[in-house]
Amino acid sequence: MSSEPALIGTEAAPAAPKRSALRRLIRDPQADITAGLLLVFVILGLLAPWVTGHGPNEAVLSAVNAPVGTPGYPLGGDQNGRDIWARLIYSINTSVLSALIGTGVAIAVGLSCGLIGGYFGGRVRGAIEWVFNLIMTFPGILLLIVLMPLTRGDFRVTMLIFGVLLAPGTYRLVRNVTVGVRNELYVDAARVAGLSTLRILGRHVMPVVRGPVIISTAFLMGSAISVQAGLAFLGVGSSDVPSFGAMISYGFLNLYVDPLQFVWPALLLGVSTASLVLLGNSLRDALEGARPKASKVGATARAKAVPRSGDDAGALLSIRDLRLSYPDPGGEPKPVLNGVSVTLNAGETLGLVGESGSGKTQTAFAVLGVLPAEATVTEGSIRLDGRELVGLPERGLRALRGREIAYVPQEPMSNLDPSFTIGAQVVEGIRATTAMSRSAARARALELLGHVGIADPRRTMGLYPHQISGGMAQRVLIASAVASRPRVLIADEPTTALDVTIQAEILDLLRELQREMGMAILLVTHNFGVVADICDRMAVMQDGRIVESGTVLDVFREPRHPYTKKLLASILDESVVREDPPVLIGDTTRGPGHG
Amino acid sequence: MAEPLLQVEKLRVQFPGRGFRAKPHEVLHGVSLAIGQGEVLGLVGESGSGKTTIGRAVLGLVKPSGGAIRFDGEDITHAGARRRRELARHIQVVFQDPYSSLNPALTVGDILSEPLIVQGASPRDARARVRGLLEQVELPKDTADRLPREFSGGQRQRVAIARALAPRPKLIVCDEPVSALDLSTQALVLKLLIDIQQETGVAFLFISHDLAVVRHISHRVSVIYTGNIVETGPAAAVTSDPRHPYSKRLLVAAPLADPVEQRRRREERKRLAGQDLPETRGTQAPSR
Repeated sequence: MSSEPALIGTEAAPAAPKRSALRRLIRDPQADITAGLLLVFVILGLLAPWVTGHGPNEAVLSAVNAPVGTPGYPLGGDQNGRDIWARLIYSINTSVLSALIGTGVAIAVGLSCGLIGGYFGGRVRGAIEWVFNLIMTFPGILLLIVLMPLTRGDFRVTMLIFGVLLAPGTYRLVRNVTVGVRNELYVDAARVAGLSTLRILGRHVMPVVRGPVIISTAFLMGSAISVQAGLAFLGVGSSDVPSFGAMISYGFLNLYVDPLQFVWPALLLGVSTASLVLLGNSLRDALEGARPKASKVGATARAKAVPRSGDDAGALLSIRDLRLSYPDPGGEPKPVLNGVSVTLNAGETLGLVGESGSGKTQTAFAVLGVLPAEATVTEGSIRLDGRELVGLPERGLRALRGREIAYVPQEPMSNLDPSFTIGAQVVEGIRATTAMSRSAARARALELLGHVGIADPRRTMGLYPHQISGGMAQRVLIASAVASRPRVLIADEPTTALDVTIQAEILDLLRELQREMGMAILLVTHNFGVVADICDRMAVMQDGRIVESGTVLDVFREPRHPYTKKLLASILDESVVREDPPVLIGDTTRGPGHG
Repeated sequence: MAEPLLQVEKLRVQFPGRGFRAKPHEVLHGVSLAIGQGEVLGLVGESGSGKTTIGRAVLGLVKPSGGAIRFDGEDITHAGARRRRELARHIQVVFQDPYSSLNPALTVGDILSEPLIVQGASPRDARARVRGLLEQVELPKDTADRLPREFSGGQRQRVAIARALAPRPKLIVCDEPVSALDLSTQALVLKLLIDIQQETGVAFLFISHDLAVVRHISHRVSVIYTGNIVETGPAAAVTSDPRHPYSKRLLVAAPLADPVEQRRRREERKRLAGQDLPETRGTQAPSR
């Protein structure tokens, strides 16, 4: 327990995500401007009777095509002598109502069905899916026009139907998020805790679904407004209802008499739908975080290698005083390796041991030159047979990787491409590092696969990764790694994802291959049993430093550093077996009703 | 021993096959086990052996296709949703992955009080109980107001243990509770589980792939291999001197953290590897 509480302080997180999302939104000028514009429109619409001098359908003969600035007609009159300003303001209300009805229906239908379809699998989901797929096949606008007799031209009923047509988008969004959450263990834990389905949906699923739905609302509103305007432009619906679409349509007919009549509604419609889309984008940035993801491709910034004395000149691979840092969220460099020095001699196996976060994998990646782009080697040198690797351009590293240095990863399955056969992947690896022809590489691949203990190499070559077991996959990766007879094999927790019986076989295989090819192995692991089994020497890492190194026999017998001692003491001793009997019924420490 | 707390008899579980009219795939071929009051039964096996499925069947998260599960004398094999919710008071769980088993959006206090409030506790009682639980799993007092992501794996697992303890259950299914943890943390969490078990008398179905862990905490151990339990017996006997060839193989495959001993064990393993495993279905080492 001693080291654990200390972590609380360093891992302290910022304030709750919801508040910071709101703050991010307020800080975004795009969100402020678009939300402000929309708010102004809505308020103008609500105040329509007070800010306009005429009703939207009030026609006065003298106002026909009145120019802008005519008293009482700030934006002039249209061809029927109606006040353009008044019609514009009343049209806002039509748009707002359309947006609310269309979006409301889409969300209500899509969200409820999405939650149900996502949470329950099987027939329930199948049936819902079928209905929504059917809805998606309807040609939306055409359907709305055809249904005119049913809706009697009332745009509110039209929007109600349009909401249903919009629902599949929301449904799919919600369903996908729900399926993801459904597979989280905390939902299983909630079920075991006795929560009802409704409660699980409300408490565990809804908070995750909420964000994406809020984002989609803005886009849905935009599309509801434009569809309503489009229908009105086509003349579908009552001509008594003031609408941007109808206004544009009238303005269009009058384009040569007074082009401005066409501009006003088009401008307002354009600005409001564009604002909704831009606001939606800002919402997405704020709620889902628009932090640019660091790309994995790209050269790592490297410091100049330090010149050094040749005291470990005999070593095949020597790492000296390696320091590596990553930027923390604030951009400040956070050291991950604090001067790692370790050597690997030809033909030996070195175990790099440590707990998670000790920097053992980072050390291995630094040797391979596959650190992410944001990592910086601030100091130190890595030499392979006297040749400096730090500062070497990517091309030089690529020439080394796969030939001189090979790599066996922790997760065999995720390191094989699911869309290619095993054979294709092994052959590709061989051809990338040698000048073999395709048929020669294929023959070599067969030989290698047989060599690493795959029973039927010819059949295995034609299989896809999902058709083989984890242990087999690891054998395949080892075969690819040793294809070019590398001098150094870096194995990063090569057996951690495997069962113990498979682990033992893989360790045997590594041992045999080493005996045959004489390569040196740098084995990164947290398992002291594995170290004892296969390593000649070991180095113990803690907080980006090597705290102790020596031959395996020495370190296990007489650990010197307190951290090594602590780790060794934590290993569960085989001789210790639980001996106290089961706790008897009626034990006094238990509460009443639980005995 | 009187009536066992949990009795699983000839349990079978099938998963639907993939694809149209595919044959269902049976992962448990009739396993039987029993756990007494206040007892820890270790269930050890490799990936794909069906050990997790047994736990999930006991918890009601998968439907058995055959056999029976009895808890406290009551048949709960096909308990309905309502009965299951009531059983939540008595049967709880600790999952392997402390990262996905806690809702990242809820504070630790909310996570712990959730099962209590569902069972009808007042918010005030729930808060008091949460304080007691945090103390029991040795977490600082201010933990309740924090979010799971502020904690390390070991601390999260303590929270998960506290959640399982909240309704004072009679049985906790521990599914690889220490496998995702670092070595030093693993030892501490394991010790905590043993302490809690002794203190409260709760029974554990302790599922793990790690023989050393199972040996440490279990009174009795069952070894499961490809959907069949091949051996059951007292922890010391099964984990040190197994009878079934598979159990033997499992024992010698685990590397010892001692270079000299491990060399010896490796030889032993190679000797055993030459022998074929018998067909498991229906075969079981003689009970002790």
